[in-house]
Amino acid sequence: MDGFQIFTTSTSLVESVDKKLLVVLRDGRKLIGILRSFDQFANLVLQDTIERIYVGDTYGDIPRGIFIIRGENVVLLGEIDEDKEDELPLRKVPVDEVLQIQRAEMEAKIKRERERHRLLSEQGFSVDAVEFGELY
Amino acid sequence: MAITGVLVSVDQFLNIKLDNIKVVDEERYPHMLAVKNCFIRGSVVRYVQLPAQSVDTALLQDAARRERQQPAASGRR
Repeated sequence: MDGFQIFTTSTSLVESVDKKLLVVLRDGRKLIGILRSFDQFANLVLQDTIERIYVGDTYGDIPRGIFIIRGENVVLLGEIDEDKEDELPLRKVPVDEVLQIQRAEMEAKIKRERERHRLLSEQGFSVDAVEFGELY
Repeated sequence: MAITGVLVSVDQFLNIKLDNIKVVDEERYPHMLAVKNCFIRGSVVRYVQLPAQSVDTALLQDAARRERQQPAASGRR
């Protein structure tokens, strides 16, 4: 039985402290910062944080500063592999540009959704909630 | 999002640590490309799928039966 108990030891983020981490939040936001502190709820303190917005094969960074994140909003913490980081098939663009692309995509999506809604209601189906797919 | 990887740690909240991760349908999640190891908060986990060959069901059944027979002896509280 002892062999199994190795796997049930509590998961700790101690080894991740002072490292640069990617944090994915429940609303789909991606934050990159240095983990300075945490607790049993996965409440986190991030320093020198940036918010990174991804659209297609581009991304843009917004400097945000220090975060205290309430644990319930955390989906995932990823350790960033510095080697892999430099050879990504992604293009960094200015924030304004990425926000613009993001807005355009969102508007296109809403338009598609409206059209679908219209077609369905013409056929007598009722659609109550607009679905935006998986958030994270 | 579905992630495969080597399970290194799990706790009472089902918080999970994975090494050498690979994200299913990678191109939809570009932010995960540079991530190698990750911690997943238990509260957001839908399911954990284990490879059948690495689960010894006979051993698990035996352990569960033994626990049922003598709960006080095997429980650690």
